[in-house]
Amino acid sequence: MSAPNKSYDPVEVEALKPAVIDRAREEALAAIEDARSLDALREVKAAHAGDRSPLALANREIGALPPKARADAGKRVGQARGAVSKALAARQERLEEERDERVLVEEAVDVSLPYDRVRPGARHPLTTLMDRIEDIFTAMGYEVAEGPEVEADWFNFDALNIGPDHPARTTQDTFFVRPPSGDAPDPEDAGLVLRTHTSPVQIRSLLDREPPVYVVCPGRVFRTDELDATHTPVFHQVELLAVDEGLTMADLKGTLDHMVQSLFGPGMETRLRPDHFPFTEPSAEMDMVCYVCRGASVGNPDRPCRTCSSEGWIELGGCGMVNPRVLTACGVDPEKYSGFAFGFGIERMLMFRHNVEDMRDMVEGDVRFTRPFGMEI
Amino acid sequence: MRAPLSWLREYVDLPADVTGRDVAARLTGAGLEVETVERTGAGLTGPLVVGEVLAIEELTDFKKPIRWCQVDVGDANGTGEPQNLICGARNFAVGDKVVVVLPGAELPGGFKIAARKTYGKVSEGMICSAAELGTSEDHDGIIVLPPEYEPGTDAIALLELVDDVLDISVNPDRGYCLSLRGLARETAVAYGLPLRDPALLDVPVPNGEGYPVEIADRGACDRFVARTVTGVRPDARSPIWLQRRLEKAGMRSISLAVDITNYVMLELGQPLHAYDRARLEGPIGVRRAEPGEKLTTLDDVRRTLHPEDLVITDGRGPIGLAGVMGGADTEITGDTGDAGGEEAGGYAATTDVVIEAAHFAPRAIARSARRHRLSSEASRRFERGVDPEAAAAAAQRAVDLLVLLGGGTADAGVTHVSSVTTPRTVLMPASHPGRVAGVDYGRETVVRRLQSIGCDVYGSDELTVTVPSWRPDLGAPNDLAEEVIRLEGYAHLPSTLPRPPAGRGLTESQRLRRRTGRALAGAGYVEVLSYPFVSRQALEQLGLEADDARLRTVTLANPLSDEDPELRTTLLPGLLAALRRNDRRGSHDLALFESGTVFLPTGDEPTPIRPPVDRRPTDEEIARLDVALPRQPRHVAVALAGDRAAAGWWGAGRPADWADAVQAARLVAAQAGAELEVTADRHPPFHPGRCAALHVTIDGERVPAGHAGELHPRVIKAMSLPDRTCAMEIDQEVVEAAGAGPLRAPRVSSFPVATQDVALVVDTGVPAAAVERVLRDAAGELLESLDLFDVYTGEQVAEGRKSLAYTLRFRASDRTLTAEEVTAAREAAVTAAGERLGAALRGA
Repeated sequence: MSAPNKSYDPVEVEALKPAVIDRAREEALAAIEDARSLDALREVKAAHAGDRSPLALANREIGALPPKARADAGKRVGQARGAVSKALAARQERLEEERDERVLVEEAVDVSLPYDRVRPGARHPLTTLMDRIEDIFTAMGYEVAEGPEVEADWFNFDALNIGPDHPARTTQDTFFVRPPSGDAPDPEDAGLVLRTHTSPVQIRSLLDREPPVYVVCPGRVFRTDELDATHTPVFHQVELLAVDEGLTMADLKGTLDHMVQSLFGPGMETRLRPDHFPFTEPSAEMDMVCYVCRGASVGNPDRPCRTCSSEGWIELGGCGMVNPRVLTACGVDPEKYSGFAFGFGIERMLMFRHNVEDMRDMVEGDVRFTRPFGMEI
Repeated sequence: MRAPLSWLREYVDLPADVTGRDVAARLTGAGLEVETVERTGAGLTGPLVVGEVLAIEELTDFKKPIRWCQVDVGDANGTGEPQNLICGARNFAVGDKVVVVLPGAELPGGFKIAARKTYGKVSEGMICSAAELGTSEDHDGIIVLPPEYEPGTDAIALLELVDDVLDISVNPDRGYCLSLRGLARETAVAYGLPLRDPALLDVPVPNGEGYPVEIADRGACDRFVARTVTGVRPDARSPIWLQRRLEKAGMRSISLAVDITNYVMLELGQPLHAYDRARLEGPIGVRRAEPGEKLTTLDDVRRTLHPEDLVITDGRGPIGLAGVMGGADTEITGDTGDAGGEEAGGYAATTDVVIEAAHFAPRAIARSARRHRLSSEASRRFERGVDPEAAAAAAQRAVDLLVLLGGGTADAGVTHVSSVTTPRTVLMPASHPGRVAGVDYGRETVVRRLQSIGCDVYGSDELTVTVPSWRPDLGAPNDLAEEVIRLEGYAHLPSTLPRPPAGRGLTESQRLRRRTGRALAGAGYVEVLSYPFVSRQALEQLGLEADDARLRTVTLANPLSDEDPELRTTLLPGLLAALRRNDRRGSHDLALFESGTVFLPTGDEPTPIRPPVDRRPTDEEIARLDVALPRQPRHVAVALAGDRAAAGWWGAGRPADWADAVQAARLVAAQAGAELEVTADRHPPFHPGRCAALHVTIDGERVPAGHAGELHPRVIKAMSLPDRTCAMEIDQEVVEAAGAGPLRAPRVSSFPVATQDVALVVDTGVPAAAVERVLRDAAGELLESLDLFDVYTGEQVAEGRKSLAYTLRFRASDRTLTAEEVTAAREAAVTAAGERLGAALRGA
């Protein structure tokens, strides 16, 4: 490469003749257009836009022209180089696009392949159903109260107006704890039981708190039933207790309605039927409209309903106004306060809410049963 | 309690078109639990008539004896000629009255009757058994009727074959509903109709000439009526109507005297007992049993009596367990030939009967019945409360029936021992039922409803209510309120919502428990809720040492299975059993968790006290109740087997291992904001080399929280678990107590990070946790994070040594760190590790 010769001042330089420059430009553009790959384009670029390309060489000669010719030649060379550079960039972009398209197609995968390397776990539906019921009542202002599962029978029976001779205390229903000392004459006199309901938590709540008391008591309870498709000796209950001034059975009914509608949807009705429990007076059995047939199966042999045995109603549990004797045993003045309570089994509710046919499925811990229930219910 | 509608109609004039289902619906609304309504004789159409057997020819050409009979059916067959009938039964003779079904009739079950050829003859109908008529399961031959009925009489009406029978489950507070009288009263109230009370009988005045009765325990027996009927015909049998009513009510006919006592009990609710006077010696007594006394009851069980048992005695000793069951010695004996006569062995059939109608304290009867595991029709009624004022009427009714049906003579003597009882009175504001219900009933309604159930009501705003003798359950204003509200209809209660004070939602513990469950489920664990019952063997399979606290259990006195009498002290037996069950059912890659109570007695818990219930227990009493309970903390456990990360098209899976178990523990602790200290330990049921003890720090004190690791191979074998099963168990409450409280937000620096890797060689026995602690400690506050990215043992490090490679990231909150600062921090960390743990820089 030679440096510009300042003393040399030809009128004409071959490389800067317009026709030469135009030809170089045309050749460059054609070559760019012909480049079929990025590699080819790289070669074209070196040949037509590199340091030794005709246009680069021509550019270097501009200084040799007389001053008046320089502007003209400079403009021509500059425009030619600009056009080439632009064409290169455009071609580069186009070829890259083509390459990307090709490569990305090659990288395509089967997105339908399974990929659960760690399968999701799940909480037990009884747990999540209890959570859900708790949430309904905490939203209303209730507290969630808990208590021990091995319980003094004073809490489980006496304080609930279930006197020493009440049939519920016999070994027919209750698991009695053998006293540590060994041989008490009668297990029923040992004084400790596996709680048969969560009602002792109501007693503890009344002893712990000053009225007004609004609590919901979920938990595990125990009765001496053998496990079969519809019974289990260990099951779950949610009980509710409200003690305040001026509470009525209408309040009990409204609270039940609210719960059933929260769990099963608007329009669900409840029904109370007179019943007897020692800890409530008046007492009632509570039913809800069958969640499945909504009563359509009643007297309609063409549409039998297995959930409610075509009765139209599903039995939920027991309820009533807290027996004033229970309030007295907890030091709450029954002249000033009244209360209502209800309780129901979670297993049964899970059975009809989710069409569970066999109680044992809830007990055995088979992952195939539990996993589909996920985190919430 | 089974109540035939036809029987109810005797006391209430129900409209003719009312069916059993209608009555059931009304009674259900009033609070009785009607379990079924059974239509007897459904599908039965006549002609079904009384026939008199005129002639019997025995046919002997067949495999079994067959009779060819001519039976007079009056004009029922349209001809008046004898009906020719084939019969396979043999329990009848010429002259007997039988039930004949004629061609054209249909028996229950869609059995159409036509004349048909059989055994070489044409049988024009058939002679019926009880089973064929659907009245009982009795297949012992055909029905032989008493002789007084005319041939041709319609037997459908005679036998009351078509009826509705309501089966009612009676709650313990409604003892009076264990009688037709009580159910008729409820029916009458439900229909607003008058009741004909069958207990309203004329009863003779007591005199000193009746059978002598001496009551030693007036507290337990406040009433004893004894009446005597003499000269009862030994061959007298219960008439059809009586037998049929007993059958429909679910009882069998035994003998006239026994049938009558049962009938009157069903009718009036008063259990009666009939004694053969010839077999009584001396006065009847009522007292508590003496220690060691024995009695053979009617069910032929010889029972040793308890000193609290109330017994009926005669001169020789106990002759009955009062209110529960009579004794065999004074049993009524029927005519020879009937079953009772043979068993009574040699006694002449009873002709003179002493009827007992007594009233016993419910508690005494309940205790005796329970003690002897002997629940009878009588004890069920006494336990629930019998109307003491009906005793005399019941005795009178029995006497009347024995005279009428047995041809006996009522003895003039009437014994009636009774303590003075005053009717129970309850004071109640007239507005009370309305206040309980949340409905304004008005005084008139309240008074009318109370009167309808038999109360006497006085007063205007404050009512004085005298409750009827058959309602011992009505003792307080709320009891009366329930009566008013149920009769007005629970269905009409409005629906309102109370306004509780503003709540605070779940407690921190409750939130933590939910969070923990979600975190474990999110990590792939499936929740199990296993029973808390375990066997000693299950605990022993864990390989526990003899002095392990987990062998100190709460034991049940009456376990469902004698094999599982203990309450769990650890969640692992139940959880591992669930794991095994899943594995056997073909799910092999398993991650399970359980959150539940364990029961940890000290063995020194005192027997709980029993405070009175007429007041609040004192704080001291509550404390004494609580101290009697075993500790019942909540534990969280996991169990793992198979692959933790599944194998698949992407490649191999990763087996679950000890580290997953430890990680699960860390996850549980992290939910509480607690930090776990993990150290090696030996602790059953874990593999001695793969067991981590988990500790937390509470108020500066190091507290054990649980263990995690791989199970001991011996435990795996003993419990038949999958190889390499891993587990973790941690005390949720300890972890919660170690929680750090609300998190302080980290300060995030935007200055650049400086990263340094170091590989340290230490003895294999040095725990990684210790190295990490020293590095963190010495690197100072410029250290942002530290990650162990490689653990190496092998050729490139000395025997007995291992290499731990860490990435240390340094950053300051206020400046870009210089190379010198970073190097100095790193050097400090490495030096400290060298000094304290003998660590050497690898390659140095």
